[in-house]
Amino acid sequence: MTETSREAVIRCDGIWKIFGEKSRQAMDAVLKQGLSKEEIRDRFDCVVGVRDASFSVGRGEIFCIMGLSGSGKSTLIRHINRLIEPTAGSVFIEGQNVNAMSAKELRALRAQKIGMVFQNMALMPHRTVRDNVVFSLEVRGIDEAERVRVAKRAIDAVDLTGWDQKYPDELSGGMQQRVGLARAIAADPTILLMDEPFSALDPLIRRQLQTTFMELSAELHKTTVFITHDLDEAIRIGDRIAIMKDGVLVQIGTPEEIVTEPADDYVADFVAGISKLDLVTAARVMQPFAQYRQMNGDGDPAHWPVARPEDKLNALVDLAIGTDHPILVKADGANVGVVTKKALLRGIQGREDAAMEVA
Amino acid sequence: MAEDKTFNWLDPFSSVDLDVDGRTDGIKQWAIANREAIQPIKGFFDGLIIRIEAALQAVPPVIMLVLLVLIAWQAAGRRVAILVAACLVALGFLDPAAWSLAMTTLAIVISSVILCVIIGLPLGILAGKSDRFEAAIRPVLDTMQTIPAFVYLVPVVMLIGIGNVSGVIVTIIFALPPLVRLTSLGIRGVNPSVVEAARAFGATPNQIMFKVELPLATPTILAGLNQTIMLSLSMVVIASMISVKGLGNEVLRAMGRLDAGKAIVGGLGIVILAIVLDRITQGLGRSGRARGHRHWWQAGPVGLVVGLVKGRG
Repeated sequence: MTETSREAVIRCDGIWKIFGEKSRQAMDAVLKQGLSKEEIRDRFDCVVGVRDASFSVGRGEIFCIMGLSGSGKSTLIRHINRLIEPTAGSVFIEGQNVNAMSAKELRALRAQKIGMVFQNMALMPHRTVRDNVVFSLEVRGIDEAERVRVAKRAIDAVDLTGWDQKYPDELSGGMQQRVGLARAIAADPTILLMDEPFSALDPLIRRQLQTTFMELSAELHKTTVFITHDLDEAIRIGDRIAIMKDGVLVQIGTPEEIVTEPADDYVADFVAGISKLDLVTAARVMQPFAQYRQMNGDGDPAHWPVARPEDKLNALVDLAIGTDHPILVKADGANVGVVTKKALLRGIQGREDAAMEVA
Repeated sequence: MAEDKTFNWLDPFSSVDLDVDGRTDGIKQWAIANREAIQPIKGFFDGLIIRIEAALQAVPPVIMLVLLVLIAWQAAGRRVAILVAACLVALGFLDPAAWSLAMTTLAIVISSVILCVIIGLPLGILAGKSDRFEAAIRPVLDTMQTIPAFVYLVPVVMLIGIGNVSGVIVTIIFALPPLVRLTSLGIRGVNPSVVEAARAFGATPNQIMFKVELPLATPTILAGLNQTIMLSLSMVVIASMISVKGLGNEVLRAMGRLDAGKAIVGGLGIVILAIVLDRITQGLGRSGRARGHRHWWQAGPVGLVVGLVKGRG
């Protein structure tokens, strides 16, 4: 749904990345014979980084790629600004084929349209915070006065006002990553690439930075690809999530879809420990109103608490605590469904049969 | 050759003579034959060295001393400046002629080091960028560093003649390798993720080189420069064998006359000069963090002057 309703800013078409000297032969063999990762490793001494990844990201969307270390997510994100050349497949940014660009066009794209944040910050230790932040403007030859102005705006945006003349090693880890974020947004790019930006930080600082990022994101509406190995983070931040395993995108969907309809056991394992309270909606656990009526007959819905289909389980719990009645779900004034206490509890547990289980 | 001896399988080396030395002696003939072509280049460099020496000799010793102390203060801080001042005073009082001889030696060292930087820095950068070039240049550098100086002394003299230019060339052969090696090491040691970030923000290869790699490699490159200076100084005695004047020549002459006292004077002069140059260049090599992130114009005598001017204005 999200894909068709919005214009795709980033589109990746069948990206393959095979590392190794014989990557071309390995690629041909894969296309003809469909070799597995292990066969490629043994026969060609090559490592498969990314295996046939296709996805697109709409304007203003935050697209999370979630996977464990070694799953190829950092390799995949580097294809978007062509820091890594794909073995096969291509990347389009606003309809332009990145892989067909000349070196000059590519540099212009990187400097103006794409901001990137790195897990290890990758700040330049010999430059002040300000000179780090406006590096992409400096390489484009933009004059000093403009750079100072842009730097001030970006540094203020990440709450580092007054630190612009300091050097990176005078800042704490969290502050350094704020500088990284400021550097990424300084040129006012269309796209943000975030490569595990908060993974190296301790939990409290990580949460703070997530909040800063989400506020900035809501304000700036950047199309974002966000890489993380932390599903909680992906759910908190992402509009859609892609789960990656061994170089393959296993499932792409909204957080609710991922949690409630995992595509396979691997994803199911991942989402098992995730709290459903803020993810699952009433629509997913309710029983159709007519069906409830048919089975339970009487009962006067006038006194029942009322919820909307898009309300989360957390809100339903609040409603259920104050009453013994089931919860009535109303959409556009019509009674569409009923959430019984039992269905609610099963929903919190994450059992798929929550709506079907009837008293 | 081997006719009169029977060939011994257990000791083949003594019964076979490939006449390597006879053939390579041809290099001498080649050097003599090409003398004329090299003379204009020699003239240019000779002029350069003479001008540097003349400039150093023209400055009165006390003013030169103050200048060197100021440079040391600027480059390495107050403590090193005091040490340098003490060293230079000691050098001056070693012998009435010591100061002038030291300036001659300094001129040769400065010329050699300038040429080492001009040759060594690009080679080092290339070696840092290309594994193949590094592999190719490594045995050359090993040879330059380990081959005894006397081996190339003769061909160099045959080709160029005795004098300062030959001295500088002999010095460069010995002193160049550490600068190339450490420049390469410095470039290779730059954090690859910082270089990747520079690429991700649209820097050109040249911008990556000059805005990221060289600044980050600077401390290592300066350590190489320091080593190059030290090795140049250690060559002054050998260079004096091909008629290079200065402190080295004093040592050589004293050796010929078995004059231990004069040899000590010349030797101590070289040591003091080495300490002075070493401390100054080491000070240059300290990282920004060690200097408390102050710019060079915010410290030392220049900082003092700038501060005074600002205070007035």
